Amino acid sequence: MCLAIPMKVKVIEGEFAEVETGRLTRKVNVQMLGGLKAGDYVIVHAGFAIQKIDARKAKETLDIIEELDPSHP
Amino acid sequence: MKYIDEFRDKKLIQKLSARIKEAASQQNINFMEVCGTHTHNILRFGLDKLLPPGIRLISGPGCPVCVSTQDYIDKALFLAEKKDVIIATFGDMLRVPGSRTSLEKQRAKTANVRVVYSALDAIKVAQDNPDKKIVFLAVGFETTVPTIALSILTAKKKNIRNLFFLCALKLIPPAMEYLAKDKRLKLDGFLCPGHVSAVIGAQAYRFLAEKYRLICCVAGFEPLDILEGIYFLLRHIDHPQVINQYSRVVTASGNKKAQEIMYQVFKVSDSGWRGLGVIPKSGLRIKDEFSQFDSEKVFCLEPANRPTGQPANRCKCSDVLKGLLTPPQCPLFSRKCRPDNPLGPCMISNEGACNAYYKYR
Repeated sequence: MCLAIPMKVKVIEGEFAEVETGRLTRKVNVQMLGGLKAGDYVIVHAGFAIQKIDARKAKETLDIIEELDPSHP
Repeated sequence: MKYIDEFRDKKLIQKLSARIKEAASQQNINFMEVCGTHTHNILRFGLDKLLPPGIRLISGPGCPVCVSTQDYIDKALFLAEKKDVIIATFGDMLRVPGSRTSLEKQRAKTANVRVVYSALDAIKVAQDNPDKKIVFLAVGFETTVPTIALSILTAKKKNIRNLFFLCALKLIPPAMEYLAKDKRLKLDGFLCPGHVSAVIGAQAYRFLAEKYRLICCVAGFEPLDILEGIYFLLRHIDHPQVINQYSRVVTASGNKKAQEIMYQVFKVSDSGWRGLGVIPKSGLRIKDEFSQFDSEKVFCLEPANRPTGQPANRCKCSDVLKGLLTPPQCPLFSRKCRPDNPLGPCMISNEGACNAYYKYR
């Protein structure tokens, strides 16, 4: 039930924003997040954006896996 | 899709799987995941099959629907029988059995039950039906709690007087502590829930590492997230600490604004969990200043936190929720209890362990 999906912010209108993923567009409440702008990605749960996605951290996570090497743990 | 596809990369999955096999230096390692979405995706993507045989993943009480007590469902059913009441609920709650019947069965008779996607939708139902009393079934963990708190604040601001909340909101860390104390589980660590942690922050689990010497890793939900989480658990198993694999979404202290909103509306209380009993300080109740929205007060109900026994049908959900049994070890699993005819809550909810095992095994 804590299922939440990454969605891209299109337009911000006060306490709400239009977000999209694939062909799905939704209006969600963004009151819990400060400093949002169009183009940001957010995690959406039950009609609310609960957290912003940090693009740099996402890349770091993938880089760590790429660089995993058994001889250099 | 961005932030999904790249975390399902087959080559990286194979690489991680190989590294996990090298890192698993000992046998009989028990890690528990306490999020239904983790359980679901581990089985859906067959991630458990990529692990060496010495690592056991145990599904914990990670589904708020599954841990709702019969007592809570009975209260919802009692309210649903009233002619002037509309029940608004997340869809998963419909089929959960109370002691006699379920909301789905009552809806087929006379009860007015609406499925909503968000607590905010319940406000719309209230505005559209001014002559009815709308009762929203407020069930969920910390991920969902701020969304319900904000809906209550919105309802107050809009002066909506026909909307009420029947709360069975629960906090995950106290349930994890209850499980950490259970020696029968022989836990070595926890794969901590990603979206609960988005709200409460990774440091909320520090006491599990410090007091119970358990390794903890907050992990996301894609295959690479879950496997990397397990890899980190193995690598640091001898040095208990909290590791944050899901750093693109989770910070050390979480979403402070969401936490403020939560505790503006709710206060911590003891709470009953199906299968686990009453766990101290593991639930949330509506604060007195918002009591006009509290279904228990408005309809004069007993507090909905009493644990109740399992129905007399040999259902083993309580042991499944504690991680003492895997779903196939229940005598009813896939024989008498199936998603089309569920006898226990773990088979009903999409996030229940029995449902996930039935679908993917």
